[in-house]
Amino acid sequence: MQIPVEGFMYPNEVELQWSILIVLYPFITGLVAGAFILASLERVFRVEAVKPTYRLALLTALAFLLVAPLPLQLHLGHPERSLEMYLTPHRSSAMAMFGFVYLWYLMAVLLLEIWLDYRHDIVVRSQTEKGWKRLVYRGLTLGSTNVSERSLHVDERLGYFITLIGIPSAFLLHGYVGFIFGSVKANPWWSSPLMPIVFIFSAMVSGIAAVMLLYMLSTRLRGQRIDMRCLDKIAQYLLYTFVIDFSLEMMDLLQRIYEADESFRSLDFMVHTRLWVSQVIVQILLGTVTPIALLGLMQVLKVTEAARRWIYALAGGLTVIGIFAMRWNVVIGGQLFSKSFLGYTTYKMAFATREGLLPAIILMILPFIILWVLVKLLPPWPESASVPSGATPVHGTS
Amino acid sequence: MFKNIEHLVRLAVVMMIGVLGFVILRAAVVPHSFGQYGHYRGAAIGEIASRPVAFAGHETCEACHTDVVEQKKLGKHVVVSCEACHGALAKHADDPSSVLPKKLDTAILCARCHEANGAKPKGFPQVATAEHSGGLACDTCHQPHHPKIETAEIKTEGKK
Repeated sequence: MQIPVEGFMYPNEVELQWSILIVLYPFITGLVAGAFILASLERVFRVEAVKPTYRLALLTALAFLLVAPLPLQLHLGHPERSLEMYLTPHRSSAMAMFGFVYLWYLMAVLLLEIWLDYRHDIVVRSQTEKGWKRLVYRGLTLGSTNVSERSLHVDERLGYFITLIGIPSAFLLHGYVGFIFGSVKANPWWSSPLMPIVFIFSAMVSGIAAVMLLYMLSTRLRGQRIDMRCLDKIAQYLLYTFVIDFSLEMMDLLQRIYEADESFRSLDFMVHTRLWVSQVIVQILLGTVTPIALLGLMQVLKVTEAARRWIYALAGGLTVIGIFAMRWNVVIGGQLFSKSFLGYTTYKMAFATREGLLPAIILMILPFIILWVLVKLLPPWPESASVPSGATPVHGTS
Repeated sequence: MFKNIEHLVRLAVVMMIGVLGFVILRAAVVPHSFGQYGHYRGAAIGEIASRPVAFAGHETCEACHTDVVEQKKLGKHVVVSCEACHGALAKHADDPSSVLPKKLDTAILCARCHEANGAKPKGFPQVATAEHSGGLACDTCHQPHHPKIETAEIKTEGKK
């Protein structure tokens, strides 16, 4: 297959090595970090209005975190070798160190926080459910059915502490993804110390938008009323985070324009040609300016609840698309130009190949299937929570 | 007090079992010579050194195939080592009569270097094989050891 090339490219640049799977990887990791930050709003910053989404945000983060390494596994091949990263880690390898950040975040932060938060429900269900479900819940209790007020208070304190550690961990998790790109000094499109920071803020934006959409969709599907106080608050935080994210990206852009180093003309040409649709139209106009304007208008205009719901859904959807476009423009855009600054290549995406569109679609559906299973096992809905903490505790241990 | 944190103690035990399992797994599967000289298996050096040599080296080939050496001297392929095209042939060098090299398909082999590509320097001879020869083997017209056709009218070099 001949790849259309324009101008002069170095031979190793003609074919793109990082495919759509590497676009998915920061996108999915970003959703994890963002969803967790939203959960921490309630837990650490005591934003009571977003409480209805707290558990949903944690389960969303877990569902996406479990899928986050899969695009990398599929891209690299030989998934069985990934264990070696843990067995014989090399400190100079950012990827190996990420393995530990990932493991820390999964085991020491997310699973622990979810377990502590759901422990009361797990204990109650281990005594009320039947069949295999009972066995699952009994296993999850770890053999302790003590849900006394005092023990739940200990859980609450520990959960708070874990969330406190979880915030820098979430920053580290996604900051690392930005670091992977930002530290490639041979590539002027990526090499920027702002990259990890921009990635963190865009992660928060995408995660908050995704949980907002999931909350709206799941509440609708269950035939319940959407808590507008909660939705308005999430939309407000989405706007704040988005404004910071957009400002950072614009500062990066201004810096590049003013600095205008030797790569500038080439990158500028690329943005005006090959990346025009995905960067300027989809990422900036549709995926950033439009949702910021919509969310901003909701802060100043008096709009009916039904209209607000539609506008939030539209803004949330555009935000997620915009952040995906941002990941696309970083990963694919960074490989379209030559280091000679005189040539440009093309990304041809296959369909049913190992790194094609089909596995990418499957990988994007997979977290929702995992989330569905998690939601069935540990319902995050306010009305399905078992009796309030300490009200009728089941004392003693089995 | 212990009763209220018993579940956390149980959790800590589960985690410790996990960490212990990891330590045992690591001790079991990481080769003993790992890290002996650096971040790799020390014994790998000996294993690689003990592997049979696959390449004979162009000096060995040239000791017998003197006619090819003379041909190559006339053209640009003089800088290309024999086994770059013919593959590793130490076995043939050891026993020339019974181990014979495979006949190469020049329609595929030559295109590996000479297929037109925008990334290649302009001075490098390259052709779009589909247009240039239509799948015909290159050695139908070219002599691979001295590929330039001196007498022919057709210009083949530098065509894109």
